[in-house]
Amino acid sequence: MPESRLVRPVPYRGGGFDPKSNRWVSLLTFVSVLAFWEVSSRSGWVSELFLPAPSSAAMALVELYNSGQLMLHISASMQRLSIGWSLGIIFGIVFGFSAGLFSLARAGVVPLVSAVFPIPKIALLPLFIIWFGIGEESKVATIFFGTFFPTVISTFGGVDSVDRGLIRMGQSFNLNWFSIVLKIILPGALPAILSGMRISAAIAIILLVAAEMIGAEFGIGAYVLLAGNLMATDQLIAGVSMLSILGLIFAWLVGQAERYLLRWRG
Amino acid sequence: MDLIVENLFHNYGDLPVLDDINLTLPSGQVVCVVGPSGCGKSTLLRLLGGLEQPTRGTIGLAGEVSGNSLNPLTYVFQDFALLPWRSVERNISLVLEDHPLSGQQREEIIADVLARTKLLDFRKALPRQLSGGMRQRVAIARALAVRPEVLLLDEPLSALDSQTRELLMDDLIDLWTREQFTAVYVTHNLNEAVRLGHQVVVLSRRPGKIREIVEISSKLGARSVTDVDLIEIQQYLWHSMRDEAAAADLELTDA
Repeated sequence: MPESRLVRPVPYRGGGFDPKSNRWVSLLTFVSVLAFWEVSSRSGWVSELFLPAPSSAAMALVELYNSGQLMLHISASMQRLSIGWSLGIIFGIVFGFSAGLFSLARAGVVPLVSAVFPIPKIALLPLFIIWFGIGEESKVATIFFGTFFPTVISTFGGVDSVDRGLIRMGQSFNLNWFSIVLKIILPGALPAILSGMRISAAIAIILLVAAEMIGAEFGIGAYVLLAGNLMATDQLIAGVSMLSILGLIFAWLVGQAERYLLRWRG
Repeated sequence: MDLIVENLFHNYGDLPVLDDINLTLPSGQVVCVVGPSGCGKSTLLRLLGGLEQPTRGTIGLAGEVSGNSLNPLTYVFQDFALLPWRSVERNISLVLEDHPLSGQQREEIIADVLARTKLLDFRKALPRQLSGGMRQRVAIARALAVRPEVLLLDEPLSALDSQTRELLMDDLIDLWTREQFTAVYVTHNLNEAVRLGHQVVVLSRRPGKIREIVEISSKLGARSVTDVDLIEIQQYLWHSMRDEAAAADLELTDA
């Protein structure tokens, strides 16, 4: 009787839903898209005006470098980005913390921020120009306002999500108010603040191009727009790639900050 | 130093949680508070240490506070409440940093409490690298660092598995035998209560009233899991609580 019993293996059902990243596949996809693009442009299959080959865009970049203007464009943009973004983050963190800590600030700041946050700051650019003039100030202001609001929201959320038990613990050991804020709330809110910085960095780059649309001689955004107006699509692609690289550098920097500051998360 | 609770009432909004609690917590004794879930035992503990204000009634400290206590009423929490971004020694240093101590004094206190809780090899470890039992040891070390007059323990072993719980219970008994501290120990585990308590205070279900206080006279150090007397007391406590625990289990939390 036992010998004749059919023993079937238990079917395995637990696999899947566990995507892994593979840097070779990522690299290969990237390279093959570029190669396909290059070949289709070179062979005349796609017109050079319609979509210039990556090599033409690279040539445009080299030309820009040789003319000595590349650094002018990059430094003008970097200056606007760094001033606008860092001011936006500093003020955003201060306001976000106040809203997270004080009832009065919460009641005042949160509805205002929620109301202004969804307004595309590009739409307000003409106002900023009237307020701050056509020079650097209005461009920095656009980036500042664009990054300030998301930083307030992420900081506020981060402060709010700090484990109340830890704060209670601090109080139970008679830690003073500043100790509780600096040693418990700030580190607890840091993950949310840093992920907010990722988002605001991307917003800053988007707004950079918008801000440089008006009255900018130099800047990557100005370069891209001029190229667009002249239908110089190779320069357009070159400028857009610079923006992409800029975005990647910012994301990498935030990633490094996360790795260092949040190493306790393991 | 004794803690004296008189005519204590506490409400959450309209919901009464504690009803006329009168209790004296004598110096050098461990008082365990047991009761069905939601009976207000943790609330009582928060009131005792001043983390919450009672609706009515008083909680007083009688006798002198010895001058060298940095934080007379000190908690040990169920979820350990360790800062995950600080190492073991820095978690302990946290509660000393606001006091006027020299770096040397602070270092001595940290080394002392780590030695007493057998944590010396783990000074630099982060909480996430430690087991639950070790984390609670760190929290106990942190509490000892401020030389408390009264330790307020809120289900300190409830988040641990039963083997770790046994080990930590032995450690607590050792600590008490050496230092005879005053403690209030809130738990839902009757075995812990009869092993660690000089008195066991039984609360009724919400609103919590004192149903009875059971004194256990045997020495803490001499008690063991197999003690017949203790098993009897534990059975007795369970019988007196059983119906209420069953009723409490059927309650809606937000009703």
